[in-house]
Amino acid sequence: MFEIGIGHYLSVAAILFTLGIFGIFLNRKNVIVILMSVELMLLAVNINLIAFSSFQENLVGQVFAVFVLTVAAAEAAIGLAILVVYFRNRGSIAVEDINMMKG
Amino acid sequence: MIQALTFYMFAFITVASAVMVISSKNPVHSVLFLILAFFNSAGLFILLGAEFLAMILVVVYVGAVAVLFMFVVMMLDINYVQMRQGFLQYLPIGGLIGLILLAELIMVVGGPHLNLDMAPSLLAKTPAADITSNTHALGQLIYTHYIYLFQAAGMILLVAMIGAIVLTHRKRTGVRKQVISEQLARRAEETVKLQKVETGKGI
Repeated sequence: MFEIGIGHYLSVAAILFTLGIFGIFLNRKNVIVILMSVELMLLAVNINLIAFSSFQENLVGQVFAVFVLTVAAAEAAIGLAILVVYFRNRGSIAVEDINMMKG
Repeated sequence: MIQALTFYMFAFITVASAVMVISSKNPVHSVLFLILAFFNSAGLFILLGAEFLAMILVVVYVGAVAVLFMFVVMMLDINYVQMRQGFLQYLPIGGLIGLILLAELIMVVGGPHLNLDMAPSLLAKTPAADITSNTHALGQLIYTHYIYLFQAAGMILLVAMIGAIVLTHRKRTGVRKQVISEQLARRAEETVKLQKVETGKGI
């Protein structure tokens, strides 16, 4: 209980990841909250990487976490830009309205 | 003991604020709870000995990404009450999938197949904290073995920046802009007119 092992960190990451999935399903209409849920999932991945890196004493995991962080920042920027353009065109950000291309 | 208590505090606040992110009514509150979650996971990173990533998390996520989210949430004029419709409708299926995923993850983590006490790897071994700091060791790894990947990460950020600018940039009509070529092409005889004004009269 008071000895914090890698399993504790993995559990926190698993709960965070699940909450991210849950948030995507729960907020089907609000794209902003969906993007935030994706950020939560990437954070869970980072916690996993760093926990393994720390307990294995291998720094490569932290290097990889840096790259995950980079991609997360790029994804947020592009996603929000698309959201702004979409809102400018349609006046709404509901997911159900995104069927203009009928793909 | 103190380390365990600190871990539980950070972990609990992270998870609780993640719950609030996905369930709060106002998206502004969601963003603020996201910031709280990021801060507390930075605390978890520090407990794991990854100080550099903890600071990067605060700088990049809290300083850039969360502020970007806040910016967009406040810029878009959206009826957020309407957005909440269907929240309860999706609750069962979302909860079901979330529970299945959580059960699977717990089975993987707590199951007998995952051997978590692995031997320390010999490649890129973390130096002891009293020899070099985490930031120093990470820099020595990133700028030697992973320099090409690091450059590629920079390219990703560049492409994301250009993409975001191209997407959101628009030409607005009715804005008077300086066109230098037109200014330089003007000639005096086209624009300046000399008029003889009679005394006591206007033009």
